[in-house]
Amino acid sequence: MKRPAGYGADPTIRWTEWLPWIAAVAVFFLLPEYLLFGARILTYILFALSLDLILGYAGIVTLGHSAFFGLGAYTAGILAARVGLHDPLILLAAAAVAAALLGVATGAVILRTRGLTQLMLTLAIAAVCLEIANKATPITGGADGLSGVTIAPILGLFRFDLFGKTAYLYCLLMLFAFWWVVRRLVYSPFGAALTGIRENTPRMHAIGAPVYRRLLIAYTLAATIAGVAGALLTQTNQFVGLNVLGFEPSGELVVMLVLGGVGRLYGAFVGPLAYLIAQDVLAKQFPQYWYLGIGLILVLVVLFARGGLLGIADALAARRRRRGMA
Amino acid sequence: MTLALETRALCKSFGALTVADRVDLRLEAGVRHALIGPNGAGKTTLVNMITGRLAPSAGQIFLGGEDVTRLSQAARVRRGLGRTFQINALFRDMSVLDNVALGIAERDGVGGRLWRPASAHVRVCAEALELLAMFGLTDDADRRVLDLPYGKQRLVEIAIALGLRPTVLLLDEPAAGVPSLESHRILESLERLPASIAILIIEHDMDLVFRFAQRITVLVQGEVLCEGAPAEIADDPRVRRVYLGERRG
Repeated sequence: MKRPAGYGADPTIRWTEWLPWIAAVAVFFLLPEYLLFGARILTYILFALSLDLILGYAGIVTLGHSAFFGLGAYTAGILAARVGLHDPLILLAAAAVAAALLGVATGAVILRTRGLTQLMLTLAIAAVCLEIANKATPITGGADGLSGVTIAPILGLFRFDLFGKTAYLYCLLMLFAFWWVVRRLVYSPFGAALTGIRENTPRMHAIGAPVYRRLLIAYTLAATIAGVAGALLTQTNQFVGLNVLGFEPSGELVVMLVLGGVGRLYGAFVGPLAYLIAQDVLAKQFPQYWYLGIGLILVLVVLFARGGLLGIADALAARRRRRGMA
Repeated sequence: MTLALETRALCKSFGALTVADRVDLRLEAGVRHALIGPNGAGKTTLVNMITGRLAPSAGQIFLGGEDVTRLSQAARVRRGLGRTFQINALFRDMSVLDNVALGIAERDGVGGRLWRPASAHVRVCAEALELLAMFGLTDDADRRVLDLPYGKQRLVEIAIALGLRPTVLLLDEPAAGVPSLESHRILESLERLPASIAILIIEHDMDLVFRFAQRITVLVQGEVLCEGAPAEIADDPRVRRVYLGERRG
């Protein structure tokens, strides 16, 4: 589906939009041995969805989105391992608040800049967060990571099991909830305004839109969702490592989104799925060169399918429609 | 009588280069006022200062009697200032309807609503469609604006500005780039604009200017050369010399 937004857009959920959810439920029953991997994919889909809100819709190019993901992950981990808070929903809420606060504080600065300056500032923020996590060893575990993260059963009923059943369903429910929120945002006047800002910022100023405020709200919301995704990763892994912060996870996320299709809502679903499965398969087949495979896929997408994998699907569907009409 | 728009001794310099030098401009409510001058005279700079896109080096801008010199672009729009751009500044990948509806939503204060779908804001959509009908663009409402012919894109520019219900409308070369066969359509649309709006038009098409404007200000090298009714301007030898050419009249 191509860029759903605007006053002429029909907000009714189409049948094709239920397909990812049907597939996700089918995976739960048909592929029980892959549920932990599935939970990881669902977490990254949520993370990518948060990036799509600011990159795809608002046009904010960032290489520092992992700062919020990492902060969420460490907030949940530290509260569980050091403070003794184990309730998963409280940990999610705490991670969301922490990421939102970082989002509003950093967004207030970086959104006053544009282009390369903005990109470098986002990168710097992620790098600073990584360095803090690395140096604050007594709290974060530093390079060894934070272990001893114990998560209580969800609502006191559903214990996280070794096979990832609870984790998978928990991540799926959270993704569904935030997908629904993001979808509402995208179809709202706010979503249309974000698209307008991406398309033509001077014109948005000229129609009297408070551009900076809109961007700051979007940036903070995206940070909050990324923080939740980070907390989900901590809860399902019961461990936090430095690999959740810095340039690498941020860049990897941008690659996932570009692969799926930027500004399409469901590109955030397809990209991480394709990327993480390709990574899993290629890493098994070619342990030393698997990045080459990912790189080749990305080059092909950028050269021949600017709209990502969903763009290819759109083009094929359009061709079929044209043939049907002819 | 309160003026719809007034600039007092407005100046703008970029280093040693002065592009606006003590420009006084006075627009009464409902007037059709043209700002003409050769390329580089500082016309667009003046518009950018009035809209708040550029900060003046000195001088003041009044909108409806209120000093708006230090207000943001958005605040000036909320006080009734609309503009079009010399080069199309549309939301290129969005539909024609969305291009117009975005402005109306901002004017009505619903542009930042986060929850209800945009299409559920029926009044915004209905008003956008009314405006499109006014410009003969009803059939194009769902088309991507980039796919429209250039002349129609210029009309969308004006429709967006009009959707803000401005009391003062700045039209920066509305017929620029439009083939002469289509420019009459622009003029017809301009002539149908509500009489209550004070319009400041910048235009190089002199036929359009002299048919449309009630007052004309001539700007040369950032300074006001003269101001008057179209007939006075056409007869002014200084204007003929610097701008219109001796052949006119």
